[in-house]
Amino acid sequence: MIDLCGLRLADPVLNGSGTFDAIAAQRVFGDALVDDFPFSAFVSKTITLAPRAGNPPPRLWETAAGMINSIGLPNRGLAGYLEHDLPRLAALGVPLITNVMGAGADELVRLVDALGAREEVAAIELNVSCPNVRTGLDIGADPRELDAVLRAVRPHATKPLIVKLTPNTADVGLVARAAQDAGADAVSLINTLRAYAPSPRGGGEPWLGGETGGLSGPAIRAVALAQVRAVARRVTIPVIGMGGIQSGAHAAQFLAVGATAVAVGTESFRDPAAGARIRRELAEIHAKSGNTPPWKSSVSVA
Amino acid sequence: MSAPFGRRALVVAQRREVGAYVVLVAPDPDGPAPRAGQFYMLAATAGWGADVDERPFLPRAFSVLRARPGGLEFMLEAVGPGTARLAALASGDGLWVTGPLGIGFDPPAGHDGGRRALLCGGGVGSAPLAIWQDELRRGDPDGPPARALLGFRDGAHAIGATLLHDARVATDDGSVGHHGPVTELLDAELDEDSHVIVYACGPPAMLEAVRARCAARGVPAQLALEAGMACGFGACFGCVVALADGSYVRLCVDGPVLDAARLSEVALP
Repeated sequence: MIDLCGLRLADPVLNGSGTFDAIAAQRVFGDALVDDFPFSAFVSKTITLAPRAGNPPPRLWETAAGMINSIGLPNRGLAGYLEHDLPRLAALGVPLITNVMGAGADELVRLVDALGAREEVAAIELNVSCPNVRTGLDIGADPRELDAVLRAVRPHATKPLIVKLTPNTADVGLVARAAQDAGADAVSLINTLRAYAPSPRGGGEPWLGGETGGLSGPAIRAVALAQVRAVARRVTIPVIGMGGIQSGAHAAQFLAVGATAVAVGTESFRDPAAGARIRRELAEIHAKSGNTPPWKSSVSVA
Repeated sequence: MSAPFGRRALVVAQRREVGAYVVLVAPDPDGPAPRAGQFYMLAATAGWGADVDERPFLPRAFSVLRARPGGLEFMLEAVGPGTARLAALASGDGLWVTGPLGIGFDPPAGHDGGRRALLCGGGVGSAPLAIWQDELRRGDPDGPPARALLGFRDGAHAIGATLLHDARVATDDGSVGHHGPVTELLDAELDEDSHVIVYACGPPAMLEAVRARCAARGVPAQLALEAGMACGFGACFGCVVALADGSYVRLCVDGPVLDAARLSEVALP
C-alpha cells in the first residue's frame, strides 16, 4: 500500500486525467475491466461547471513516438457528472480522484464545494492549464495567479487537493512551490506540451480543429522526467509523475527521481490494459532488486 | 458479447494479395465472433514505429472483412506508415488486436419490414460489406446474396470486388465495369426499386453522396464511417463526428455505423 496525501492505494500506478473513460471501457470490455482494473485509483476526465461539447474535429495527429490532441475537455458538466457518472465510477472499487477546471477561483470554489459533499470522491485534482477569464493569464503558468486561486479554493476543500501542473511555463519548480505554499496536498505533472500540427495539405494551416493541441506519449518522457525531478526537489508534498510512461521500467525512473506515484496516459490508447501490465512490471522490478519498493517505505501503518 | 480486455497478440496465418489490396488472416481463438461493421485496432508486434518520422505509433482501426473458422480477415491498402507496416506482415508475424469494437450494422428487419438490403462500398470500404453480405445470407440461405455496388479507382483495385458475391463494379478510370462514381450505379438501382435499405462504407465524399441521395428519396441508410482514432474504446475522444443536432458522438463506441438520418452531412476531412 502507498499513502498518497491521505489516499491509501494498492500501488503507485494511476491513470492520467482524460486518458481513460472507465464507463465507456466497461461498456466495451464488460466486467473484466472492473475485475482487473488497470489502475490503483481512477482519475476522471476534466469536469467543468457547464457541459462542454469539446473542439471541432479533427482532434488528433500522430507524431514521432507520440500524438497531439486537441479534444477541448468535452464533459457533461458538474450536475451530469454528479448524477450519472459518479455512482458508476464508485462501483469500480478504487479511490476516485475528480479532475476539475474552472475559469477562475469562483468556478473552482463551486466545483470543490459540490465534490466535497460527495463521499465517493476521495480527492480533487485541479486542472489549472487554462486561462483565468478575469486576468487572461494561464493560472498554472504563473505562480502569483496560482497562489491567488489556491488561497481562495483551499478553505473550501474538505478532500485532498492535487494541482495538475502545466509544463508550458518558464519554471515549473517555482509554480509547484507556489502550489505547496498555498495549500496543495500534492502536485501532478506533466500535462501535455503545447504543440502544432500543420495540415498535410501544406501552407502551414492548422490540421486540428482547435488549431493547437497538446503533445503526449514517449516523445515527451525525457521532458517529463526533467520536470518531475525539478519539482520533487522543490516541494515536500507528494509528486505524481507522468509523461510517456510505457513500461514498469519507465515508471521506476519517475519514482527514482522523486515521484511518489505515477500515471499512465497515452499508452492506454495503444493497449487498454497497459496500466495492469505496467503495475506487474513495476512490482517485478522491485521484487528482483531485493530492495523495499520506494513506495513501501512511505506506508503509514494505521 | 464483450471484447476481451486489453490487446492480444495473434499470429498472421495467411497473407494474400487481392489486386491492389492485401488480406491478412489471423486466428483469434480467445476473441468472440465480431458482428458485421465492428472493427479492431491493429498494430504489428514488431517494427511499429520504424517508418519515416518514427511512425506508426498508434494502432489503426480496421473493419473486419470476415470472421471464419480460419481466423479474422482484414482488408488493407498501404496508404501511410501504419497501413504499409500492416500490409508488409507475412505469415508467422505477430499482430496486436483489440476488439471486436463498436456497433455494427442493423438488419433490415429493424427498420421497416420488406426492405431489401443494398450494399454500396468504395475501395477498402468494401470490407465490412463482405461480412455483412455473409451475415444477411445466413438469414436467407436460399435467396440471392444482397446486391453489392462497389466503386474503385482502377482495375487493380477493382479486383477487390471479388471479396464479395456478385458485386457490380464502377471504376473512376473506366477500366472495369461502369465508368464513373459508384453512386451512379446506386441511382440506377434506386430508380428501379427504392424499397431498400442502403448499407454503405467508403471515403467521406462517397458516403456524403450516398447520404444525400438516400435522404432525397426517403430511403433509410446506414453508414460505416471513419475517423482518426487513437484508442478505439472511448478513451481518447478523438474520433468524434457532428450529428445533425450539433452534438458530437464518438465513432468508436457510438459507431462506426450510424443511421444516416442522424447526420446532416458526412464531413470531409
